[in-house]
Amino acid sequence: MNPFYIMVEYWPRLLDGTLMTLKLTFLGALIAALFSPGLALIRANTGPVAQAPLRLYISFMRGTPILGQLFLIYYGSGQFRPFLQEWGLWSFFRDPFNCALLAFALNSTAYQTEILRGGIMGVARGEIEAAKAIGMTRPQILRRVTFPHAYRIAWPALGNEIILLMKASALASVVTVFDIMGRTRQIFSRTFDFSIYLWAALIYLCITAIFVLLWRQGETRLSRHIGPRSTGRSILSPPEGPKP
Amino acid sequence: MFELLSYGDAGWGDEIFAGLAITMQLAIVTLPVGLLIGFVAAFASMSRHAGLRAIGFGYTTIMRGLPEILTLFVVYNGVGLLLNKLAVWWNPGGTNIEFSPFAAGVTALAMVFGAFAGEVLRGAFQSLDEGQMEAGRAIGMSPGKIFFRIRLPQVWRFALPGLGNLWINMLKDTALVSIIALDDLMRMTKVAVGVTKQPFTFYLLACLIYWVLCVLSEVVLAHMERRANRGIRRV
Amino acid sequence: MSEADIILKAEDICKSFGAVEVLKGISLEAREGDVISILGSSGSGKSTFLRCLNFLETPTSGTVTVHGEEIQVRDGKPLSARHIETVRSRLGMVFQEFNLWSHRTALENVMEGPVQVKGTPKPKARAAAQALLERVGLQDRMDMYPSQLSGGQQQRVAIARALAMEPDAILFDEPTSALDPELVGEVLKVMQSLAAEGRTMIVVTHEMAFARDVSSNVVFLHEGRIAERGTPEQMFTNPQTEVFQRFIANVK
Repeated sequence: MNPFYIMVEYWPRLLDGTLMTLKLTFLGALIAALFSPGLALIRANTGPVAQAPLRLYISFMRGTPILGQLFLIYYGSGQFRPFLQEWGLWSFFRDPFNCALLAFALNSTAYQTEILRGGIMGVARGEIEAAKAIGMTRPQILRRVTFPHAYRIAWPALGNEIILLMKASALASVVTVFDIMGRTRQIFSRTFDFSIYLWAALIYLCITAIFVLLWRQGETRLSRHIGPRSTGRSILSPPEGPKP
Repeated sequence: MFELLSYGDAGWGDEIFAGLAITMQLAIVTLPVGLLIGFVAAFASMSRHAGLRAIGFGYTTIMRGLPEILTLFVVYNGVGLLLNKLAVWWNPGGTNIEFSPFAAGVTALAMVFGAFAGEVLRGAFQSLDEGQMEAGRAIGMSPGKIFFRIRLPQVWRFALPGLGNLWINMLKDTALVSIIALDDLMRMTKVAVGVTKQPFTFYLLACLIYWVLCVLSEVVLAHMERRANRGIRRV
Repeated sequence: MSEADIILKAEDICKSFGAVEVLKGISLEAREGDVISILGSSGSGKSTFLRCLNFLETPTSGTVTVHGEEIQVRDGKPLSARHIETVRSRLGMVFQEFNLWSHRTALENVMEGPVQVKGTPKPKARAAAQALLERVGLQDRMDMYPSQLSGGQQQRVAIARALAMEPDAILFDEPTSALDPELVGEVLKVMQSLAAEGRTMIVVTHEMAFARDVSSNVVFLHEGRIAERGTPEQMFTNPQTEVFQRFIANVK
């Protein structure tokens, strides 16, 4: 079959799937971005005992396959169905989209927390002292000095993480979410036309490329205040490692 | 609950253990293949030949930018199709060639591992201390000897943390082959769940096993990093 | 000489880092218009003492009083922690490494304190900041980022930043030690004009000329204690203690 024919025929479904992928990725990343600053502060500023539960959670998220985490939530919740029904939560866990989003949000929170922690620890101590010396309260210092710097430092790594999250989002198709991967498998099962996979690959690569360009623009804006940079980095340097 | 995990007919212990064995086999076979692809990709990316550099860049960019599950499906469905076309052309009327899920798994995982490893190795090669290479040339060492006795140990030291990370990621990635019906740990867990109707228990168990594998890997890697860095003072 | 004149008072400040006792009971009084230079060799504790005054270091024990607001410390815990931020907003500080906020322009650096801590409306703060930057000679560089300024310029912005808070006293922690020699002069000039204005200043410094010519009082720290104190005339022409004599001789 002509590879272009298949696109003409099925593009609405692929568009649908693309929107689903974007929804999963960016909602997941957003939820993680809401929780990670507070958790990163705990990681950066508290003692080993207070941090222990948080470190356990992060280690679990990084040490287990996302597929496993996804199954644990989606299928695993079935084991507690009566309990969940009693608390009115069953309708949430029954929906594969919710379960996938929850899994990705939990996973990305762990990674974003570690990345942000690195950023926080990279903020110049002197600038924080100057803020203290002028009489700013702790929340003010965090808002005006610590986090602006921390996010700028962590920006490239955070962008990486979002790309990894998008790649991981393809696993939602395994629990019947119709994202790009889900639609692709559906279309393949009907047409057995291999080219649909190549179209899916193209879509993923395009999204990644656009995202990287936009993210890099963001970095330029955040770094207006920095003098000439000594190291150049290619726009097109994708992530450092897969996120399974 | 522990009876469910025991060996023998009543428990799932041996099935899960068998799955774990497949997972380990998959990872252990993928590693050398992936490293080989990584070295090839790194050399291509560092080549003086612009065409080779383009191929290297293209390969690593695409393989790193695609979801691993997509790569797996492309390999599993695509290579199977390709092999069959070749077989028909070679031997019309012959039997279908089966491209086993294991081979598909190794191929896909190694291609992804190789793309990321290529970047790690390239970074390592480009961070080398040329002075040490010069010293080797000065005493008359052959290029081959210089490569294996001076260059490679340094590359190893620089690349180890990155490669170690990739190993751990690959361990977790092996779980994907459960989707193409390979009887690895994840798939055996799924089977057990289907029968026992205790998904949380068994998937938690599977996650814990992967967790242990990853933590053990981290311990071993930390030890290897220490050994590789002996004699180096941290500035 | 009434008590009302005393802007800043430190009583019996002690500070230990673990087992190491760095400050062994330092007492100091600053009246309005005093310019106190704190001298001492490395390790004498002078920077630590200065940082205790605005609680960037918390003393192990002692009392700090700023314009009547008293904070007592016992066993390393301040007895009224609430007031620390108030005290800090009344004391300006100029750091050795300038510590300007690198993501804000010079103007924004100077405005930040009044807007965020004192609640001054932005237009008013901006006008005041512009005037201060003019005062330190940087009217042409208001919209530049610290990375675009020389060390001397950054330090002058830092001084303007401290002045913007209308502090009761300004603490200077080796303000010229990180500067290239040719840039030291421009900063000292600004400090001199502040002294001439009648500002209360406490300056930890290595610049003997400043200590001798601009200060009203000199304090010499040695091994965590005040070894000698007095007016510059007394100290420099007639050093009493042997340690101080050796110090001056070494510095020349």
